[in-house]
Amino acid sequence: MQDALKPQVAYAGPTLVAVPPAPGETPRGGGRPPVVEDREGPPSVGVVVAQAMAGWFQTRAYGLVVGCIGLAIGLGLWQLMSANKVNFFINFANVPLPGAVFAAFTDHVMDREFYIHIEVSVLRIAAGFCIAAVLGVLLGTVMGRSRFGAALIAPYIEILRPIPAVAWIPLAILMWPTDEASIVFITFLGALFPVVINTMHGVEQAPEVLVRAAKSLGASPLQIFAQVIFPAALPNIVTGLAVGMGVSWFSLLAGEIISGQYGIGYFTWNAYSLVNYPDIIVGMLVTGLLGTVSTSLVRLLAQPLLKWQRKAR
Amino acid sequence: MKEVVSFTERLAGLGSQRGSVGRGHIRVDGVTISFGSGRKTHQAVMETNLDIRPGEFVCILGPSGCGKSTLLSSIAGYVRPSTGEVLVDDAPVRGPGPERGMVFQQYSLFPWKTIAENIVFGPKVAGRPKAECAAIAATFLEMVGLTKFANAYPAELSGGMQQRVGIARALANSPSVLLMDEPFGALDAQTRLMMQESLLEIWSAFGITVVFVTHDVDEAIFLADRIVIMSASPGSVIADLKVTLPRPRSSELATSEAFMGLKRACHEAIRAESLRAFAQQSQ
Repeated sequence: MQDALKPQVAYAGPTLVAVPPAPGETPRGGGRPPVVEDREGPPSVGVVVAQAMAGWFQTRAYGLVVGCIGLAIGLGLWQLMSANKVNFFINFANVPLPGAVFAAFTDHVMDREFYIHIEVSVLRIAAGFCIAAVLGVLLGTVMGRSRFGAALIAPYIEILRPIPAVAWIPLAILMWPTDEASIVFITFLGALFPVVINTMHGVEQAPEVLVRAAKSLGASPLQIFAQVIFPAALPNIVTGLAVGMGVSWFSLLAGEIISGQYGIGYFTWNAYSLVNYPDIIVGMLVTGLLGTVSTSLVRLLAQPLLKWQRKAR
Repeated sequence: MKEVVSFTERLAGLGSQRGSVGRGHIRVDGVTISFGSGRKTHQAVMETNLDIRPGEFVCILGPSGCGKSTLLSSIAGYVRPSTGEVLVDDAPVRGPGPERGMVFQQYSLFPWKTIAENIVFGPKVAGRPKAECAAIAATFLEMVGLTKFANAYPAELSGGMQQRVGIARALANSPSVLLMDEPFGALDAQTRLMMQESLLEIWSAFGITVVFVTHDVDEAIFLADRIVIMSASPGSVIADLKVTLPRPRSSELATSEAFMGLKRACHEAIRAESLRAFAQQSQ
């Protein structure tokens, strides 16, 4: 790993930024990163990148170490409670041991069917989330820009938003032709509201002086929207999308518990029906992981569009 | 010193290229601007007439709340006069337009666009070809001495630099009129002075009409050919002074006898008006 990394530092290419420094790199040469002799171009680029990476690692390492300690404590408590079958108000008698959950997990990692569950869930999320993203940004923009639009749409948003996903299940089953469609619909609903509301706020907060500036520079209403209002709202839209992604997992699980034959929610619920307790926890943790990864993915994909924000001090 | 000369020469080249001379005649014709309705009507500008020659540098001077920014907004086209009309080169103003460049008090650069992208915003939305936009960006970046920052974002620049970009962005659109709403109000004194000097250089190179709103008497005298003093409630013109100080002007001018005389005249006009307003309020 370290040997593979070293020549890359010398090139200091843009791909390097994504590569975390090996822990052994930093202390060498009295705590300073290795100075790279460069015959052409600015000589300090390699050093600067290496230093930045060392800094990144230091700030990250703290969180990583403390986070791991926290998790270890949690796991230890879980082990202690379950192993002793503590039954004091909360009953740990039926909670499987961490080891059993891990064993179940490794079993499933080898199992093709487990990946089908994941794939089906991911596809449902993708469909529901994408529709919600497009429609949510559209509705939010209309609400943020037009008083009429806001007055017309707001009652729907306000009334429908507090309804939990589970409450939609009966109606969704009645309304949509297939189980698949009703699950995607419920997923879509979960993602929709955070996107609409955040987009609306972002669009409302687009600075008026920038709109005026664009007008005086000859921009048409469409150009003002595309080049001023939309980019101004983008940080809020991204937040809405990230929150919406989390909520859509939440809703998906509700939908999958009631209907469907595949999906990580079905897997979890099915494990309960089959009295396979370790699998319940495997399903839960995998859902959490998928939710986290997909939310980070949303933020990561939006990153290039928001790079101007990081430059602000 | 030599560098300054060559800068001025470069600017002169730029100005003649764009040829805005002879355009930029502003007529404010019996303009009254009021907000609200019924009892709550507030008259921001009352029965105002102004005739600004092409190429003239006019400062509108007055205390805050006197309606000077509102008047400027009506020339820019953001505010419709309740009565009367604003004409630029004999065409009535119906809304904001690219022939009237605007520089704002607050930093109004697009934070998500680089400095170069900000400067060519106007030409780009007008559909000019890419190569031309690149040339315009290069030219105007050089004009404001920010070539190094072409690909930086506004947040990486100081306040004075941002305002220079704001001026370059307005001029890159080759307007016939430059409207400036207290553009240097947020800058520190040093930066402010430098900005005033470079604005005068740019103005003399481009020969375009400038309407500059300020509440700073020194700034107005230093910059203007003519100072229009406004008073509050309702906003109206109370004095119209010619400034005949020689050009090019430099900061030493501020201690000259002529400058002092003008300053006294401005202060007297404002003072008389403030006293009148104060007496009115206490009644």
